Amino acid sequence: MLRYIAKRLLQMIPMLFLISVVSFIIIQLPPGSYLNTLIAQMRTQGDEINMEQVEALRIRYSLDKPAHIRYLNWIKGIITEGDFGFSFEWNRPVKTLIWERLALSLTVSVSSLLFSWIIAFPIAIYSAVKKHSVADYSLTFMGFLGLSVPNFMLALILMYIASVYFKFSVGGLFSPDYVMAPWSFGKFVDLLKHLWVPMIVIGMAGTAGLIRVLRNNLLDELEKPYVVAARSKGISPVRLIFKYPVRLALIPFVSTVGWQLPQMLSGEAVTATVLSLPTAAPLLLGALRSQDMYLAGSFLLLLSCLTMIGTLISDILLVIVDPRIRYE
Amino acid sequence: MDTMTEGNILEVRDLTVRFMMNEGTVHAVNGVTFSLPEGKSIGIVGESGCGKTVSAYSVTQLLPKTARVSGQILFREKEGTITDIAKLPVDGKEIRRIRGQEISMIFQEPMSSLSPVHTVFNQLAEAMILFQGMTKKQARERCVELLKLVGIENAERRVDEYPFQFSGGMRQRAMIAMALARNPRILIADEPTTALDVTLQAQVLSLIQEMQDEFKLSMILITHALGVVAHMVDYIHIMYLGRVVESGPTLEIFENPKHPYTRGLLNSIPKLHGKRGQRVSSIPGAVPSAYSLPEGCVFRARCSERRSACMYEIPRRIQVGSEHYVSCCLYDGEEDQYAANA
Ligand SMILES: Nc1ncnc2c1ncn2[C@@H]1O[C@H](COP(=O)(O)OP(=O)(O)OP(=O)(O)O)[C@@H](O)[C@H]1O
Ligand SMILES: [Mg+2]
Repeated sequence: MLRYIAKRLLQMIPMLFLISVVSFIIIQLPPGSYLNTLIAQMRTQGDEINMEQVEALRIRYSLDKPAHIRYLNWIKGIITEGDFGFSFEWNRPVKTLIWERLALSLTVSVSSLLFSWIIAFPIAIYSAVKKHSVADYSLTFMGFLGLSVPNFMLALILMYIASVYFKFSVGGLFSPDYVMAPWSFGKFVDLLKHLWVPMIVIGMAGTAGLIRVLRNNLLDELEKPYVVAARSKGISPVRLIFKYPVRLALIPFVSTVGWQLPQMLSGEAVTATVLSLPTAAPLLLGALRSQDMYLAGSFLLLLSCLTMIGTLISDILLVIVDPRIRYE
Repeated sequence: MDTMTEGNILEVRDLTVRFMMNEGTVHAVNGVTFSLPEGKSIGIVGESGCGKTVSAYSVTQLLPKTARVSGQILFREKEGTITDIAKLPVDGKEIRRIRGQEISMIFQEPMSSLSPVHTVFNQLAEAMILFQGMTKKQARERCVELLKLVGIENAERRVDEYPFQFSGGMRQRAMIAMALARNPRILIADEPTTALDVTLQAQVLSLIQEMQDEFKLSMILITHALGVVAHMVDYIHIMYLGRVVESGPTLEIFENPKHPYTRGLLNSIPKLHGKRGQRVSSIPGAVPSAYSLPEGCVFRARCSERRSACMYEIPRRIQVGSEHYVSCCLYDGEEDQYAANA
């Protein structure tokens, strides 16, 4: 098991390298740089453009150097001192901008994921066991309804309900008092108070699909001979269902966890914008728009890393739930 | 109050099983009657699709929800009381006790009848811990003992392996061990060797026979090959399309077969001393669909001795020997003959 994990970690290194190169290329692709954006901005504001100043900036940010040198400097900074470069737009080092945002993104995504599992599991198991019953049909119908309501719509409805009926400010993840405050227990509680709206909105989107997948996996398993054989031993129906078919139905499901996490991270973008959440997606969007290359590149790099970690976690889970893989 | 013949541990009476499908009703079992004397073994023989598995599953209520079962399944408990299994609530406590302690089953497909993600120990020990109140340690010792008994080498190590690490023959041995783990009084073996290759078949069959002696089991052995059961069972029941068409003591069936179908089956057993090149004769035609049963005798279409009466008369069960019964209109009236001779 440990050897397997070590092997997988080693395999990740060339992958990481590739991803960093691709991230860098992507941020270099559009013609021009942040300085062009800056000049354009100054022009529209009628400011005098000081070419000397622009030139100084160019040298300060190594924009005069060829691309591969800039790439190497960037990577060196990241590896040696966790320095992801400088954000032109925010005029701050990238590392002071992204960690909290990423952590909040992760919190929102993971809690949405957990939320959708907690909803989907019992429903899927129930409707598979009670196949073709009224309950099964109504749950399926509600699932499709959930599948077809767009995220932002649900977000707006929930915001409306929260603010009208609960007198609750629901935009963002914090109350105004806490936005700038350092982390404390109060801030944490405040986060929990705000988290449920994005959690439901983002979680709901995946739930309907999840129910279908799980229900169908389980239906396949319920008919298998090993279930009859287990039943013939005289174990109780509930124990039987959970020990055997549910366990096996989880196997194909676990392999989807890997791409669910990154999907949640990106699925969050629209919702985050609607709900004005201080998470990674809106910041990344802004950085790409203004060609704030180090900020955008760093985000792309870290999001890719998260995807890889997600895949690794799901592979490890897969080995745990399916011994057949362990012995291959 | 239900009554049973003295000495029988199980009596199935007029068992009927239908499956309600979207396409129509499948008449899988149509009035099957057989009895299992305590400590003896009976064989249920018939071609594929004749309802052997469905009959066997009914005995411990293992059929899916789509099945409609009627008839009586009388089981004599250790204390002598009689339980009608057909009347027990689905998956209730009573039927679970019977499954867990009284009637064990060996399945047709050893490959898929074990869970691939649980160790052999886990699956073997389950019933012991649940019904016999064993600790994990005790269960483990017993598992190893059982695996050794069914001829699995390195049982101490193999008990922790997964079924996919076992060969087909070993899996069927493990299934046998699993059935025995429950200390049952009845063992139902549903074509236990069909999925195995020929060299293993004889081994597994003789293992089952040994175990029957060792555990003093009453046994129902299901097979589609009459030759297989010849030396293993005391009584034979021949099934055709959901009915028992002939039944009697093994010797009687082999020496004095009555039903044209039984004769056909006997002729299709390859003979060891037959002339080379002599074709094994088989019964012409195929089993009709269980969706729409023909009127009259269901074997009619394939019968070489059919008469006009077979068209509309469902054959009665006629006694032609002390324990020999046949359902065929060829023997109408012989019942009186037998009674007169007796
Ligand atoms: N779950 C089910 N739903 C619908 N029909 C079924 C079901 N199980 C069995 N049948 C039908 O019932 C009939 C009897 O099947 P059964 O499995 O008992 O045959 P069998 O004698 O065991 O045959 P084999 O030798 O192939 O195992 C067949 O026509 C089969 O298609
Ligand atoms: Mg069968």
